[in-house]
Amino acid sequence: MTQSMAETLISFDEMGFRGSSVPSESELRPSGAGPVDIARYPGRLIVVEGTDGAGRSTQMALLREWLEARGYGVAHTALTRSRLVGEGLRKAKQGHTLGRQTMDLFYATDFADRMENQILPALRAGFVVLTDRYIYSAMARSIARGGDAEWIRQVYAFAPAPHAIFYLKIDVEHLTPRVLAKGGFDYWESGLDCQEETDTYESFVRYQTRLLRIFDELAATREFTVIDANRDVLPVFRDLKAGVSEVVSSMQGGTA
Amino acid sequence: MTHVSQEFEQYANLGDLPGKLIVVEGIDGSGKSTQLDLLEKWLSSQGYSVYFSAWNSSPLVRETTGYGKAKRLLSPMTFSLIHTADFADRLERTILPPLRAGAIVLADRYIYTAFARDVARGIDPTYVRRNYRFAPRPTVAFYFRVPLQEALSRILSGRPELKYYEAGMDLGLSEDPYKSFELFQGRILEQYDQMTSEYDLKVIDATLPIAQQQAMMRERVRPHLEGVLKNPVMPHAEVFREEGLVGRYIGELAGDWRHE
Repeated sequence: MTQSMAETLISFDEMGFRGSSVPSESELRPSGAGPVDIARYPGRLIVVEGTDGAGRSTQMALLREWLEARGYGVAHTALTRSRLVGEGLRKAKQGHTLGRQTMDLFYATDFADRMENQILPALRAGFVVLTDRYIYSAMARSIARGGDAEWIRQVYAFAPAPHAIFYLKIDVEHLTPRVLAKGGFDYWESGLDCQEETDTYESFVRYQTRLLRIFDELAATREFTVIDANRDVLPVFRDLKAGVSEVVSSMQGGTA
Repeated sequence: MTHVSQEFEQYANLGDLPGKLIVVEGIDGSGKSTQLDLLEKWLSSQGYSVYFSAWNSSPLVRETTGYGKAKRLLSPMTFSLIHTADFADRLERTILPPLRAGAIVLADRYIYTAFARDVARGIDPTYVRRNYRFAPRPTVAFYFRVPLQEALSRILSGRPELKYYEAGMDLGLSEDPYKSFELFQGRILEQYDQMTSEYDLKVIDATLPIAQQQAMMRERVRPHLEGVLKNPVMPHAEVFREEGLVGRYIGELAGDWRHE
């Protein structure tokens, strides 16, 4: 939980914001028996998915400012940012010594830690939680590396269904110049750990193509809102804003 | 619970792994490690290629687990998942390679420890079993059953410093670590008892004399030893004969090649 969020929480308390229908602390502990039910929380969980270079960070920064300007409390979380596993994951990625399943479970632990300590408390306090990638990215990276799709899906069985999932879809031709402009091909995002190519560009194209296909499959089963991210920032933001507007308009005191 | 086992079995099949996996389970103080050690001595003395695998042996994951424990950051769910990660690493590095090579792997605690502990913490039994479905079923799994009061007196007689998670303090069962430990171990025992039929764990009465327990164990293991990889027996014996050597210095190396 960020400093600014903690401060906002205090003001919510002062306002007598918390209703009696808000679940107790113990209900925030997932058991894995099914997805955590967030329907009773006053907040909204909004996920932005898409590969590196699709414009996620840019769009989320814009979205956050836009929401806050309209008076919504916004909490932000991203993959691998947990207090528990964040550091361990960074180390694991430096040495790339861990097996696929171990990495998958490391990501799952990171997610569970963030869900319990960042996402659920914020939803409970009435925030709009903007999530920079969610379980779908973690599932896709596993499946792209030959993992058992059914196994990884069930590892994440405890994850709540978001109120909305916006998938910034970009094809490899549009992605390549953006990635190069940002400093080149990342080892993991090029799938160099799991493919036979030694040429980074070839490997990148193949890995990203594979990811795109996996995301297309996920999009079909998980009610993704697909946004064409081959376009410029403005048209993409307009689409995203329209979608988010719909999600938050039903919140108490909403002005969007 | 039956449907869980069936699903588990479907994925966790030793398949064409030629090795043998022997597992001991039981709560702390049940004497399982002593028994596994005695089994290892017996198998080694017969020339079999034997490998030990202990719980919590992955250096990289252990760092995170240790941090989470020290700072008390672990919830039942993250405790469960990080230990699954650790197990996956342990399996890939220390259990599967010798099994693929046809050797015997002796595992001090296996997936059943996780099932017992996580379910005692409130994790859904089906969920945790599915997470571990990549783990091969053991050739034989022993459960060293000891009554709760006996286990408690064995562990607590020296009034040891109980660790926070070990005592299940994270569950808020009691403010007193010893009381909490007792309640938590009780829950774990309950889970083990349920698993004996679910997974066909061979129950050994851990209150019997050590030698008697060991004899029962060896009897269970013996039928599985046919065709198991053996260490080369005195590979230098021919040189001794040919050159008339006595092996004055080779003896010093014995420990090295036998345990490689």
